[in-house]
Amino acid sequence: MDDRRVLTVSGLSVDYLTGSGPVRAVDSVDLELEAGEFLGIVGESGSGKSTLLYAIAQLLTPPAEIAAGSVEFLGRDLVQLTRAQLRHSRWRDFSVVMQSAMNALNPVMTLEAQMRDTCEAHTEMRSEEIHARSVEVMRLVGVDPIHLRSYPHQLSGGMRQRAMIAMALLFTPQLVIMDEPTSSLDVVAQRSLMIQVKRLQERLGFAVIFVTHDMSLVGGIADRLAVMYAGKLVEVGPTRDLFSRPLHPYTRGLLEAFPSIQAVRQRLIGIPGSPPDLARLGAGCRFATRCTDAIEVCAATDPPAENIDGRTVRCLRVKGWLGHAEQ
Amino acid sequence: MVAGEAALGEAVGADLEVAGRLRGRGARRGMARMLLGNGKAVVGACLLGVFCVLAIIPGVIAPDNPNAEVFKPALPPSLAHLLGTTAYGQDVFSQLIWGARASLIVAFAAGAAATAISVVIGVSAAYLGGLWDGALSLVTDVLLVVPAFPLIVVIAAYTNGANLLMLIVVLVVTGWSFSARQLRSQMLSLKRREFLEAAKSRGERRSYIVIFEALPTMTSLVIACFLSSALYAVLAAAGLQFVGLGDPSSLSWGTMLYWAQNSSALNTGMVLWAVMPGVCVAMLGASFALLNYAFDEIGNPALRPVRIARARGRRRG
Amino acid sequence: MPSSDALLSAVGLTKHFGLGPPWARKMLHAVDDVDLEIPKGKIVALVGESGSGKSTIVRLFDMLYRPTAGEVYFEGRPLSKMRSRRAQLAYRRKVRMVFQDPFSVSNPAYRISHSLLRSAKLHRPDLKPSERRSEVEKVLDAVGLTPGGAFIDRFPHELSGGQRQRVGFAEALISRPGLILADEPVSMLDVSIRIGLLNLMGDLRDREGVSILYVTHDIASAWYLADTVAVMYAGRIVEQGPAERVLRQPGHPYSQLLLSAVPDPRVQLSLAEENVGEPPRIIDPDAGCRFRWRCPYAEEQCANATPELAPLSDGHLAACFVSTSVGIPAHSPSTPVTARAADSQASIAGQQDASPN
Repeated sequence: MDDRRVLTVSGLSVDYLTGSGPVRAVDSVDLELEAGEFLGIVGESGSGKSTLLYAIAQLLTPPAEIAAGSVEFLGRDLVQLTRAQLRHSRWRDFSVVMQSAMNALNPVMTLEAQMRDTCEAHTEMRSEEIHARSVEVMRLVGVDPIHLRSYPHQLSGGMRQRAMIAMALLFTPQLVIMDEPTSSLDVVAQRSLMIQVKRLQERLGFAVIFVTHDMSLVGGIADRLAVMYAGKLVEVGPTRDLFSRPLHPYTRGLLEAFPSIQAVRQRLIGIPGSPPDLARLGAGCRFATRCTDAIEVCAATDPPAENIDGRTVRCLRVKGWLGHAEQ
Repeated sequence: MVAGEAALGEAVGADLEVAGRLRGRGARRGMARMLLGNGKAVVGACLLGVFCVLAIIPGVIAPDNPNAEVFKPALPPSLAHLLGTTAYGQDVFSQLIWGARASLIVAFAAGAAATAISVVIGVSAAYLGGLWDGALSLVTDVLLVVPAFPLIVVIAAYTNGANLLMLIVVLVVTGWSFSARQLRSQMLSLKRREFLEAAKSRGERRSYIVIFEALPTMTSLVIACFLSSALYAVLAAAGLQFVGLGDPSSLSWGTMLYWAQNSSALNTGMVLWAVMPGVCVAMLGASFALLNYAFDEIGNPALRPVRIARARGRRRG
Repeated sequence: MPSSDALLSAVGLTKHFGLGPPWARKMLHAVDDVDLEIPKGKIVALVGESGSGKSTIVRLFDMLYRPTAGEVYFEGRPLSKMRSRRAQLAYRRKVRMVFQDPFSVSNPAYRISHSLLRSAKLHRPDLKPSERRSEVEKVLDAVGLTPGGAFIDRFPHELSGGQRQRVGFAEALISRPGLILADEPVSMLDVSIRIGLLNLMGDLRDREGVSILYVTHDIASAWYLADTVAVMYAGRIVEQGPAERVLRQPGHPYSQLLLSAVPDPRVQLSLAEENVGEPPRIIDPDAGCRFRWRCPYAEEQCANATPELAPLSDGHLAACFVSTSVGIPAHSPSTPVTARAADSQASIAGQQDASPN
């Protein structure tokens, strides 16, 4: 076991308990994360990426629950911990940055008051220490500490998101989990925020899991990418490799689905069809109905995860394309 | 009130999704299924149903004239008189059954009228905005702030508690403002929703938008407002009648309480005469309240109790 | 004044909103002195960030707001003269809007056929009531919801975001418009779904000859789709011209900044940048160029007067004193623009309260 390994997710499955039985939103996900690594999880709405994130952070609420698997973080399985033990770990060892600051921040408290709340909930810090730390994290994210006295609605969208990141860094955690934190921002503010995150990561050394539906957003910043479809990870590997030579047809489709400002203007097709209904899955590959490379066996067999070329891919045809011997 | 309004606004999103489901193909089935699945709704509906039956066909259960003072007064309960007799020789049980009619008429009539007024005023205030909103909200707020019961007493005393109609009018006048505020809140949050802007962009008239686009999405709130107005009417009517400001010569649960009090029924052994009308008022009120909660839960999924199926495997502590 | 083959043109269009109590009134300059033309059968992209005024312009064009000054001409006739219900209805038949949020644009209490049939009733007097339903099915087919008959009775919550947005386009199409005002129609959809709708818009232009005003902050999609691009900043149009020129050789420092901010996965993110990306100041703005605080090329003259749109080359205009006189360095895609950090002391308390209504 690599002692630089920060997170090991094994066989994690999450079910939503509906009136007509459990629906599996996340299916046997395996992930590893090294210290200081930036992992991007990319998928469409409904792929289960947010559910996966919340499952890792142990933030699931009924009717969602973890059905199987483990989340080993710093040597302990988070799934098995009691609430009290989790509370001790939460925010000090790992923290979460939500999608919209306006929803996550308390609108009737100043930033300083919220940071104080957080500090008091997790530590025994004295008042002066809390203030000093609050000022420090605000400076870290590039927001003037004078805004500690502001209410969330008095700040711009970009500043609010930075304030959220500041709060997430209060105890310099080893892992920061981010759920599409730039989706409410304009392109210039978005770029600023991404740069800020990268700078902080290099300076403080924390690992990041970044969930998004926009692959191009994390393309220039993530070390590894995990592509998620219909509850399963279909391709995981180094970012450069995924972009230059995507193996899974879905990854390829994703890359070709957004227009690039650098490219010549020509018609793009995107991926026809829509994601499957998770309550009514067939036996075979979940992407088969939309896959332009699907063959007969794809509809019958659910591809296992295989390690190929330094990546993990779930596709029956990849080995054939790469000229490897059939298993 | 502010917190409630804010929560109401947040519930709009969920409410609208549910509104869609409720009006879907099999909407009746959908709504019925949701109600049947909700314990409060079932109990409340059953209770209300029983009272409605009593109000519609009292003669089937208690065939005799309830006002006839033919029996021996102050009799204890027996097979002939299930709840005994009053100080005037009337059968208490008969009175109770026949009295249901007046109470229910008051509840439904006052409830419906108050709801209608609050819909018109609340929704218009929100949609028209500006000075209209200011004026209508002022009226609403004044009536809301004025203490209701003293106002009712004053108005009822002034009109001399003439008859049932006056009672209903008094209750409507004092009862519409609460719901109007809630409806205004909901409409204000709805205003931002793009489907109303889209309707305007399509070229629809304002009146069409309010009646056909906005109101259909507020059905469960309107029903909840009706139920709470009806509840208010039942209790306030009973209170007024007990004090003697309802028409004492009419027969209703409230007037039964009045006459019982007049005859010191509790002290002279006619306990059931004094207590049972109150119990009926409470049960009718409870049925409205239960249905109200049920509709609140239907309209706002956030309020629903989470029922977790027994999960296989681990539960966390 | 407006040129003859312009379908819609705005001249000096201005919209101000009042903020605060009457004795301390401040004016929010949402749109200032905008000249914009939308030719027949072309897609014009209006690009800008939040607070740039682009959404206000769309609502001005859709007659949801009335201008403070200036005029909008449609087919040569000014909008301010269209007072009667008949005139407004006739305008709304030819100019339709598609909204941003597919999840709130359909009334959840009704099936999707409801608004489509209403549109048909209001705007297609040529159809008999019995013919309306089949026309709705045809339009649903045309936007890619095939077979139309299967979708027509669905409820909005039964459809995905992309499908709901197509319904929005169907509603616009059914009245046979000449112009569609699309207010960020794909920004709330997943990236992988956007292309389908972008292609739909392109098809509408190519096959049906419909003009589209495509309002967006996603420059890559503007590049994919538009014939002409207009860039907005702080309520003013700062650059305008054919898409190839504006997006390949941007002549205004703000356009360059926007372009360099577009994430390019092929390039590793450079950490050199300083720009904090603060929103523009549009409450009681002073006389000078509104971009000067973030502009790396700002000079003294930029503080004294607001630059007007002036030609850089044929058909390509920019509102920048420096750019149109001595020129600014060309934009290169791989080197990011370093702009000066905005004055971060200034919180925007007060600006956030501005809700145009």
